[in-house]
Amino acid sequence: MKYTFYPGCSQEGTALEYLHSTLAVLEALGVELEELEDWTCCGASVAAVMSDLLGAVMPARNLALAEQIADGRDLLTVCSACYTNFCRTVEAAADPKRLQTINQALEVEGLTYHGTIRPRHLMDVLANDIELEAIKEKVQRPLEGLTVAPYYGCQTVRPFSPFDDDQRPTSMIALLEALGATVHRHAREASCCGTSLVMTKQKVGLSMAGAVLEAALPADCIAVVCPMCHVNLDSYQDKVSGALGKPVRIPVLFLPQLMGLAFGLPEEKLGLRRLVTPARPVLEKIHNAHHATRDT
Amino acid sequence: MADVLDLTTLDRSLAQQVTPGRWEEMLSCIQCGTCSASCPAAHAMDVSPRRMWRMVNLGLVDEIMHSKTMWLCSLCYQCQVRCPRGIPLTETITRLKEMAMERGLVRSRASAAFYRSFAYVMRHYGRMREMEFMMRFILSSNPLGALGYIKLGPILFLRGKVKLELPTFGKGRLDRLFERVAELEGRK
Ligand code: SF4
Ligand code: SF4
Repeated sequence: MKYTFYPGCSQEGTALEYLHSTLAVLEALGVELEELEDWTCCGASVAAVMSDLLGAVMPARNLALAEQIADGRDLLTVCSACYTNFCRTVEAAADPKRLQTINQALEVEGLTYHGTIRPRHLMDVLANDIELEAIKEKVQRPLEGLTVAPYYGCQTVRPFSPFDDDQRPTSMIALLEALGATVHRHAREASCCGTSLVMTKQKVGLSMAGAVLEAALPADCIAVVCPMCHVNLDSYQDKVSGALGKPVRIPVLFLPQLMGLAFGLPEEKLGLRRLVTPARPVLEKIHNAHHATRDT
Repeated sequence: MADVLDLTTLDRSLAQQVTPGRWEEMLSCIQCGTCSASCPAAHAMDVSPRRMWRMVNLGLVDEIMHSKTMWLCSLCYQCQVRCPRGIPLTETITRLKEMAMERGLVRSRASAAFYRSFAYVMRHYGRMREMEFMMRFILSSNPLGALGYIKLGPILFLRGKVKLELPTFGKGRLDRLFERVAELEGRK
């Protein structure tokens, strides 16, 4: 199994641990990745606001690069905003006139986009390309006794949802159970994390992040598959607690970090120390469960 | 008798402009309110999404530009996937934002600073640089806003979440591409 890999900007900065844990877990599963050379920003939520065309050209530049090495391979992304931008652009390219304009712009980069690449989200690949049995086989330290609240966020499943339900997604359930964890279903699994409103309209943004955190609180931790969701849920818990007038504290891990723990991969490869809300309670729980099973 | 709205003389140019190629769908809005009921930010909006779509169809540009509604949209796509008429609502909000940016009518200082700072970094480096983006954003939105990061800032730094990179000046990585796009859109 081989994919062209688009890391995305956040994975070079705030979400470096998402990159490292994804690479470690996919390697363990025998998945091969070829990183796209010379990739640039997908445009995030910004390019399309600056101009409609720029919003298509920024992703198209990367899709065109991916076509050059594709070999029919899919383009793997780990960020839901990148994923949505790529899917939007594939859709736009179905209109020949639009595609022509996109290519008139890409000319200055010496690139041509044909609309042939299929973008894939990590969530999709983990749930649908890799056999559940293959994941089970890799589990060395089952996450027994750990209750995990799945959180998909918006753009993982909306508006493009070729692999899951856009209101009540389920992709993570079997996977988390295969790792040995107990799944805590809640009402905010595909609600909004607040995105950039946390910066521009903080009260509103924090109320959105707060609603997700509160719904997940009965669990020991939250599992996420997007760097934006992660920043909002992991880094702003102090502010959310202030806004809600009660302490809200729950570790937020990237799904591959949880997989890596269950696979018994070395902790430094998983970047758990980089989380703003410490993951210690999660590690202790796993540790204790193991001791308990060993002692009996 | 109350005034009667003559639908045949209404100005459709706004609907046409913000839903390219799909404006007839826009006009099919039945005012059911599913968009407002689905919106996680509706409680904070001065004009609800349902009302705003009506205003789009009535061509009330100034009123829309004056409202803060579009700047409270978090792009969750909930209204778009649930609209029974299948109107691409979230995409349309993005077009409204574009229109406001172009006309210099952004009713939220923080939002304008957010988009401009991000676009600058994207154009100049080709990729995000979080530290420089944050500095630019805070300085151009509300320098006192930096105080809000007094606790979180150092934690992000210590965890290696933001790294120090010196800014560079001169030609930007994607200058040519941005210029070409502006040219093709007839803005230059
Ligand atoms: S959900 Fe669609 S049809 Fe209903 S009010 Fe909103 S825009 Fe109109
Ligand atoms: S996409 Fe924007 S307007 Fe639509 S429901 Fe989400 S936040 Fe509200």
